[in-house]
Amino acid sequence: MIRNFLKTFLLVELVKGLVLTGKHMFARKITIQFPEEKTPISPRFRGLHAQRRYANGEERCIACKLCEAVCPALAITIESEQREDNTRRTTRYDIDLTKCIFCGFCEEACPVDAIVETHIFEYHGEKRGDLYYTKPMLLAIGDKYEAEIAANKAADAKYR
Amino acid sequence: MELLQNLLGLDAGLTVWTVLKIVAIVAPMMIAVAYLTLAERKVIGWIQLRIGPNRVGPAGLLQPLADGVKLLMKEIILPSASNKSLFLIGPVLSIMPALVAWAVVPFTDHLVLANVDASLLFVMAITSMGVYGVIVAGWASNSKYAFIGAMRSAAQIVSYEIAMGCALVGVLMVSSSLNLVAIVQQQAHGIAGGSLFSWNWLPLFPMFIVYLISGVAETNRAPFDVAEGESEIVAGFHVEYSGMAFAVFFLAEYANMILIAAMTSIMFLGGWLSPFPASWGFLGASGFGWLAAKMAFVLYCFLWFRATFPRYRYDQIMRLGWKVFIPVTLVWLIVLGAWMMSPLTLWH
Repeated sequence: MIRNFLKTFLLVELVKGLVLTGKHMFARKITIQFPEEKTPISPRFRGLHAQRRYANGEERCIACKLCEAVCPALAITIESEQREDNTRRTTRYDIDLTKCIFCGFCEEACPVDAIVETHIFEYHGEKRGDLYYTKPMLLAIGDKYEAEIAANKAADAKYR
Repeated sequence: MELLQNLLGLDAGLTVWTVLKIVAIVAPMMIAVAYLTLAERKVIGWIQLRIGPNRVGPAGLLQPLADGVKLLMKEIILPSASNKSLFLIGPVLSIMPALVAWAVVPFTDHLVLANVDASLLFVMAITSMGVYGVIVAGWASNSKYAFIGAMRSAAQIVSYEIAMGCALVGVLMVSSSLNLVAIVQQQAHGIAGGSLFSWNWLPLFPMFIVYLISGVAETNRAPFDVAEGESEIVAGFHVEYSGMAFAVFFLAEYANMILIAAMTSIMFLGGWLSPFPASWGFLGASGFGWLAAKMAFVLYCFLWFRATFPRYRYDQIMRLGWKVFIPVTLVWLIVLGAWMMSPLTLWH
C-alpha cells in the first residue's frame, strides 16, 4: 500500500508517460504529404471503375448482369438487347458512384473481366449527378488506363 | 518621456507615454499568443509522429495569420435566447485580467510597467477575476452545454486557486516580499551562490510541482480541460461563440498560459537570472533572454502535458485539488517554517 501511495504521489507513471511522448517528439515523422508524396498502391486497389475492351476494340461486357446481381449497394443498372451480329450487348451500363461501396464484387463476379476497379482514387464531381457514370464514361476510362489495368491484372493473376 | 511631456504638456505626455508602454507589452504578447497556437499544433503534431501545419508560409509560419483572418471574417452569431449584453461582455471579462496582470510582471530588474510592492497579490487578485468571463459567457449563452462548462470551470478554478495560493505562501516565506522583482533578486542569493540550485524550485520542490499543475488547471488546459470537454459538452462555455468573440476566448486562454509561465519562471525558476556563473560572460549575464527561455520551457511543458495525458474525470480533478494539493502544500508550509527557523536554514 505504501509503495502504491508513493508511486501515485511521486507521479511515477505520469513521468513515464512524459518520457515516452518526449521520445516520440524526436522520432521520425510518418506523415505522407499527399499531393507531392503518395503511398504505394496494391494491384488489388479498388478505385474508380472502368469498362474494358478486347485488343480488337470489341467491348468485353456481354450483359450477363452478374455484377448487377451481386452489387450489395444496388449501384449498377444494366439494360441489354441483341445487336445486329446476334451477340448480346448492353445498351445501358450505369454505376452510381455515390451508392457504390467499392467492395469489388462486380470485378470478382465478371466472367470476362469487363468491369474492373482501377487504381484511380483522385476524382470528384462538382454537381449533383457528376458521379453517375454511364457506359461511354466507363469505356473511356478503360481505354485511357488499359495498360495499367492489364498490368495490375497480370500482377495479381498468379494468386488467383 | 520628457520629449512627449514637452510636446503635449505634463499630464497628456505621461498618459501617452504609459499607453506606449502598454502597447509595447501587449503587442508582443499578442504575437506570442498567435505563435503559441502554432507551436502547440506543431509540438502535438511531432509527438504524434506528424509534422503539423506546414502549408501557409515557410514551415507554416504564417498559419496564425491565416487563422486570425479566418476568424475575423466570420460572422458573430448572437443566439436569440441569449442575454445579449452579457454575451458580448463575457469574452472581454475573460481577456481583460489576462492582459492587466502583465502590468506588474517584471522582465528584468528595471524593465517593469508598474513596480508595485504587492505585485504578487495583484497578480493573484486579477487572475482570479478571469473566472467571471467564463461564468458570464456560460450563463449568457443560455445553452445547457455552455452552462455545464461554466459551472465546471468555476468550481475548478476556485479550487485550484487555493492550492496555488498556498504554494505561493512558501515563496513569500522564503523571499519575505510580495514584490516580484524582490522575489527574483532573493533567488540570486543562497548557499549555492546564485546558480541554478539556489532558485526556489529546488528547496520548494513540492510547491513548484503543485504550482505548475495548478497553473495547468487554472488555465483550463488539458488534462484539466473538463470545462471544454469536447467529447461530452461540445466546447463547454464557449460553445455558442463564433468568429472574433470566440477568438477572444482563445487569446485569453493562451495569454493566461503565457502569464502562468511567466509567474512560474519568476517565482520558482529564477526569472531573468542566468543558470550559469557570472564569470561565463555572455551566458552568465542575467537578462530578458533567460526569462523568455524559461517561459518557453514552461509553455512547452503545457503542450507536452496536453499531448501526453488523457483528460481527468471531473471528480478526480476535485479530489486532486482539495484532498491532495491543499494538504501537501499545508504540510510543506509547516515543514518550511520549521526549516527556516532551524539552524539548517538556507535563507537569512
